Amino acid sequence: MAEQPIWLTFIVAFIIMNVLLVGMAYMTYFERKVMAAMQDRMGPTRTGPKGLLQPIADGIKLLGKEDLIPAAADKVVFFFAPLIVFVTALVSVAVIPFGGTVQIFGRDVNLFVTDLNVGALFILAIGSAGVYGIILGAWASANRYSLLGGLRSAAQVVSYEIILGLSLVGIFLITGSLSLRDILLAQQQPLEFGPLSLSNWYILSQPLAFVLFLIAAVAETNRAPFDLPEAETELVSGFHTEYSAFRFSFYFLGEYINMIVVSLFASTLFLGGTSGPGSEAYWGLGLLWLLLKTVIFLFFYVWLRTTLPRFRFDQLMGIAWKVLLPLALLNIVITAFIRLVSNGQVF
Amino acid sequence: MAITTDPTTTDTPFGTPGAIVREDMPETGTLEITDEQALDTGERLITLNMGPQHPSTHGVMRVILKLDGEMVTDCDPVIGYLHRGTEKLGEAHRYVQVTPWTDRTDYVAAPLNNLGYILAVEKLCGVEAPERAQYWRVIMGELSRVASHLIWLGTHALDIGALSMSLYCFREREIILDIFEAFCGARLTTNMMEVGGFSRPIPENLVPQIRNFLRIFPDRQREYADLLSSNPIWMARTKGVGVISPEAAVSYGLTGACLRGSGINYDVRKASPYLVYDRFDFEVPLGQYGDTFDRYLVRMEEMRQACRIVEQALDYVESMDSPLMAYESNYVIPPHKGAMTTAEDMQRHFIWVIKGFNPPVGEVYQAIEQSKGELGYYIVSDGGPMPYRFRIRTPDFVNLAVLPHMAHGAMLADVVALIGTIDIVLGSVDR
Repeated sequence: MAEQPIWLTFIVAFIIMNVLLVGMAYMTYFERKVMAAMQDRMGPTRTGPKGLLQPIADGIKLLGKEDLIPAAADKVVFFFAPLIVFVTALVSVAVIPFGGTVQIFGRDVNLFVTDLNVGALFILAIGSAGVYGIILGAWASANRYSLLGGLRSAAQVVSYEIILGLSLVGIFLITGSLSLRDILLAQQQPLEFGPLSLSNWYILSQPLAFVLFLIAAVAETNRAPFDLPEAETELVSGFHTEYSAFRFSFYFLGEYINMIVVSLFASTLFLGGTSGPGSEAYWGLGLLWLLLKTVIFLFFYVWLRTTLPRFRFDQLMGIAWKVLLPLALLNIVITAFIRLVSNGQVF
Repeated sequence: MAITTDPTTTDTPFGTPGAIVREDMPETGTLEITDEQALDTGERLITLNMGPQHPSTHGVMRVILKLDGEMVTDCDPVIGYLHRGTEKLGEAHRYVQVTPWTDRTDYVAAPLNNLGYILAVEKLCGVEAPERAQYWRVIMGELSRVASHLIWLGTHALDIGALSMSLYCFREREIILDIFEAFCGARLTTNMMEVGGFSRPIPENLVPQIRNFLRIFPDRQREYADLLSSNPIWMARTKGVGVISPEAAVSYGLTGACLRGSGINYDVRKASPYLVYDRFDFEVPLGQYGDTFDRYLVRMEEMRQACRIVEQALDYVESMDSPLMAYESNYVIPPHKGAMTTAEDMQRHFIWVIKGFNPPVGEVYQAIEQSKGELGYYIVSDGGPMPYRFRIRTPDFVNLAVLPHMAHGAMLADVVALIGTIDIVLGSVDR
C-alpha cells in the first residue's frame, strides 16, 4: 500500500460513491428485469431502450412527490432517521478493496478508500448502526404498523448481527487479520498440494461459514424471505409506511446500497474479491471479476425473493438462535482446532 | 348486558319486548378499547386497525386486532364496506334481470353464482334444462371453480410472501377467462346462464380450447405444488396454523374446503346432487388435521377433480347432439329466430323481454357447491314477475365467522394467512 495525497483519495472515494449510486439505481432495474423473467412478464420496457432509463425516471418521480409528514410524527427524528440508513450504507463501502495499488497516468493510486486494520469489524459495526435509522423512523412515524416493523427490525438485526459476526470468526482465525485487504491478499496465494495448485478462496475452506453468512446477510438487509420489517402483506409497508417522496427513497437507496455492500463484502471474504484469471496483470480485469461475483450474489437475492414465502417472526428468531448460532459456534471450534493442529500446537 | 325491563310488558320466549339488548355494545363489534382505557387497566395491548384499506384483507374487510406484542389476543372482523343491497335489488328486478346481480356477489366465480340462481328459478318454475345444456353448465361451473381456486391460491401465497405464485395463477386463470369470453362474451361478469338452458349456440372451437386448457393445466399445477407443498417455509407457515376441529367446523356452519379440511365429508355435489353430478366419477378430498396446510391440499386436489369432471363432461358433450334450450316451457325466453320473421313470434318475444315471466306462487331453496362452500339461493314468489323475497346464503359470509376462533393466540402474520385460507371475496360476504 503506497502513500498517496489526500486529494487522490477524495477522487477515488468520489468515483466509488457515484458508481455505487448508479449501481444501486440499476440494481432496481436488474431486480425488476430478473423478477419479470422469472414471473413470465416483461418488466420495465417503456422508458428508453428496453426500459433502461426506468431508474432515472423513478428517481425524478420520487423527487417530484409531495413530502408528507404525519401530524402526530416527531418531526426532528422523522427528518433525520432516513439519513442514518442512507449514510451508514454508503460509509461501509469505504473499506472494501477494489484492487491493490495501480499505476494510472503514471501515478500510484490505491483502489480503495482506506485500509482499516479492523475493516471487517467496521462493516459489521456500521451495519448495525444503520438499524437505528429504521427504529427511530418507525417510532417517529406515530403509526402502529411502523412501530411493529421497527420492533421486528430491532430484534432481527440484533440476532442476525451475531450470526454474521460469528460466521466470519473462522476467516479471521485463518488470516490472522481483520483487514479486508489482508483477507483479499491471503486468498490470492494459491494452496500448493504437491503438483496441484488450488484456489485459496475461503468458500472452499469455510463452506459452513459461507452458508451462515449468506443467510444472515439476507436477514441483515431485510430482504425476502426475511423481509419482516417491511412485510407489505402484513404491515402495509412496515417501518416506512408513513414515508413518502425523497425521504422514502433514502430508505430505498439505503436498502439497495446495503445489498450491494453486503454482496461486495461477501465476494471479498469468500470468493476472493478481485482475484481471478488475469487480474494480477490487469487491474481492470480484477474489477470485472469483482463485479461478476457481486452480481451473482445480487441475483441470488432476487432469486430468493421470487421463490420463497416469508418467515413468521417467531420462526425467524427460532432459526437464528436455535439453528444458526450453534452452527456458527461449531464452525469456530472446528476452525480453531484445525488451525492449532496445523500449527503443531496440539498432538 | 343491561336489559331494561318494562313492568307493563310481558316477557316473550324471545326476550323482553323493548329491551335494547345490545345497548352496551359498540357499533362496530365487541372490541372497542381505546389505548387510554387499556393503560388504565394496566393492559399492555396494542389495538391495531387492519383495513378496510390494507393489502391483504382481500378487498375492503376490516379486522380490529388486539395485540400483545405480535400475539393476537382478540380479533373482530368488521364487514359491510362493500354492501350493495343485492338481495333488496333482487326483489326490485324481474327474474331475468337478477342474474347479472349474482355475477357481482362472488365476482371471481361468476358462472357458479349464475348457476345457483338459475337452478333456484328453474326449481321454482318446474323447468328442466336439456341434458346437453346441463353438461355445459357443469363444464362452465367446474372451470369457474378452478378459476376461483387459482385466485385463492395466488392471493393466499402472496399473503404468506410467495410473490411469484400470484402471477403464475393469474396466467392460468387467463386461459379460463378466455374460454368464458369465447362462450358468452364476458370475462368477469359473465351472466352466462339462462332459465331453461342456453339460448346462444356453443362456439365451434370451444371444446378444443377447453381440451387445451386441460392439457396444460396439470403440469402447471405440479409446478405450484413443487414451489409450495414441499417448501419448508410454506409448511412452517401453514401447518398447525388456524386449526379448526371437526366439531368446531360443524358448529360454525362451515362449508366447502374449510369444512372438508377438518375431515367432514360434506359436498353438495355428492350429498344432494344437482344437474348431472351423480353421473360423474370424482372424489371429494378431505383433510386430516384441519389446519391451513390441509385446506391448501384440499383445494389443490379440488382443482384436479374439477379438471376430471370437465374432461368427462366434454366426452359426453361431444357425443351428444340434443337441443340446448327447453323452449317448450312458458318460463323460457322464446326463440330469437322466429321473432325476426313472424309478427306473432315477435310480439311474444317482445312481451316476454319487457314483462318477464310470472312463476307460480311458492318458495324454493337451491344449494350448490360453489368454489367456497355451499351457496344457497332462497326465493319466495308471490306469483308476480319479481321475487317477493330474495336471499343469498353465501359460503364465505358464514365461513368468515370462524376467523376470531382461529386467530385467537395466533401471530399477527398468521392473521393474513387465516384470512387467505378462509377464501373470502368481500363482494360475496357483503353482497
